[in-house]
Amino acid sequence: MMRIRTIEETIAARYPEGEMRTPTHFSIGQEATAVGVCAALKTEDAVYSGHRCHAHYLAKGGNLLGMVAELFGREAGCARGRGGSVHLNDPGVGMIASSAIMGETIATAVGTAFAFAMDNRPHVSVTFFGDGCVEEGIFHESMNFAVMRKLPVLFVCENNLFSVHSPLYLRQPRDIPIYARAQSYGMLAQQVDGNNVEAVYEAAVKGINDIRKKGGPFFLECMTYRWREHVGPLFDTGQGYRTQKEIDHWMARCPIKQASETALSRGACTPDQIKLWKNEYQTEVEKTIQSVVGLPFPDTKGLLEGTYS
Amino acid sequence: MRKLKYWEAISEALVQCMAEDKNIFIAGAGVDDPRGIFGTTLEAYRRFGKDRVFDIPNCENAFAGIATGAAVAGKRPVVVHARDDFMFLASDQIINLMAKWKYMFGGKNSVPMLVRGITGRGWGQGATHSQSLHTMFAHFPGLYVIAPAFPSDVKGLIISALHGNTPVLLFENRACYQIEEEVSEELVPIPFGKARVVREGKDITIVGASLMAYEALRAADILKESGVSAEVIDPRSIRPLDRETILASIAKTGRLVIADTSWNLYGFTAEIAALAAEEGWQYLKAPVRRLAQADCPAPVSKPLEEAFHPTPLSIVKACQSLMELDVDLRKPLTDIQEHFQGPY
Repeated sequence: MMRIRTIEETIAARYPEGEMRTPTHFSIGQEATAVGVCAALKTEDAVYSGHRCHAHYLAKGGNLLGMVAELFGREAGCARGRGGSVHLNDPGVGMIASSAIMGETIATAVGTAFAFAMDNRPHVSVTFFGDGCVEEGIFHESMNFAVMRKLPVLFVCENNLFSVHSPLYLRQPRDIPIYARAQSYGMLAQQVDGNNVEAVYEAAVKGINDIRKKGGPFFLECMTYRWREHVGPLFDTGQGYRTQKEIDHWMARCPIKQASETALSRGACTPDQIKLWKNEYQTEVEKTIQSVVGLPFPDTKGLLEGTYS
Repeated sequence: MRKLKYWEAISEALVQCMAEDKNIFIAGAGVDDPRGIFGTTLEAYRRFGKDRVFDIPNCENAFAGIATGAAVAGKRPVVVHARDDFMFLASDQIINLMAKWKYMFGGKNSVPMLVRGITGRGWGQGATHSQSLHTMFAHFPGLYVIAPAFPSDVKGLIISALHGNTPVLLFENRACYQIEEEVSEELVPIPFGKARVVREGKDITIVGASLMAYEALRAADILKESGVSAEVIDPRSIRPLDRETILASIAKTGRLVIADTSWNLYGFTAEIAALAAEEGWQYLKAPVRRLAQADCPAPVSKPLEEAFHPTPLSIVKACQSLMELDVDLRKPLTDIQEHFQGPY
């Protein structure tokens, strides 16, 4: 989590320089869902994500240089500078794809699980999506199919309470939590504190065990919160759609702060070690950015490349 | 060589490809039912069973994505829409993801997949059950779009689709299903982007997509009686388009008529006309003529439906105007779907 936070904060700080010409949705504040779930996965398990995909990419083991180079539009980017921040992928480590259209990768994750099931491959397929996707038809179509076919899918809804600037309570029925809608399809489902990485990890492990033992999908609703603006590196309290009080409330429940406190209280590490890790990550990302800036842009001769196989 | 009907050629191509590649499966509403998509999936279901030929819930968009996710994980889906109009529901996944996958994810993996969409025709199918979508989907880079009119072509193109790694959309006009011709028993692929010169001629070029290639052939028969030699070209694949064959024909004849089962505005006929204007203008002895559906949704009532579709006679009339000829149109023609009474 600390590595992801450090990487994203460094990128956010450099974003205003204008070198990263790609709409960027930061995961800052939501790292525990990505890390907790991906810690429960094997390399061969598949992960799909949406527009806010940095944390999922990194937590699944996505190559840092590939991500930074993609943001800088370089040929060395994970999508060769053709995809940008919202289309991160690293299939070699099971990070299959991310997409900027709401709910698209819920269906593709179900499809990959379908392929696993057809071939008796023992893997699970995970789809990360936000509370906004719950309003899309494809969410329901995909859940229905996954249940009917008993597919090994872990649905992970990161409920950060906002779709762009629209609050959840104005978009969905107040009294029916999202995980309950999954239950209405007959799916095993649970809600978890999405800012508590251990709770997310334990729920993911339980979900994956259930998928393996009982067959069929599992649904995890992680309650979390986006600290920064919907898209872009800034804080957006001035915009008036949410209060500073609300943001302070969630920042006090920072997933990294909580995890650090837990680790320290258990004597699992020392404050000095935490500082050391932070420095290591800072050095890693700065070095990566430095090396990426020197890398070539894609050659315009290759503009059409990859359109067809 | 034995003859097959269009639907039999589709069935044979699917069965032969499935026999050689265990990753191919066929999915769609009704593919395993007793009618088996106008017979095209019956034999595959009989041979390979419900694990590889199966019904799905009504979820066109999700299933386009599910098939994409399965294709990326090593499968080779064949998705069937008994009416292609339902592909509008799947167009987000097809256009925003399937078509762009290889490009926008940096070329690492492909989406090998065949999507079949059947265009209704006859018996008052109406506004939402008889549209031709080849022209709309052909707008988007990343897809191959094919709409052949003849049995041997549909077989050969399906083989190419199931041997390749690009997502392919196949549009089958229901009126073509009874067309019969000799079809190779072997697995002989036909390349994308290669037109078929259905009939050679020297006076006028008729380019017809899908059913209109067949109707153009019927028009050419009528024109022949008046001494007009029409060359008929079936592009077979809408994207990529065989520009060379069409241009070579215009160079030979100097006259061009284009017919399509969709609408003129921004469509297939506009594309071919643009090709002639940009690269073939020096060959043209007369203006280009375009024939397509009337510029309204498809009506149901028989006289309206008859007035709606381009026909061999309307193609003949267009050719006649370019040739400054009076062709004797004594014999009224029967519409190819005149006797169609279902199943739908």
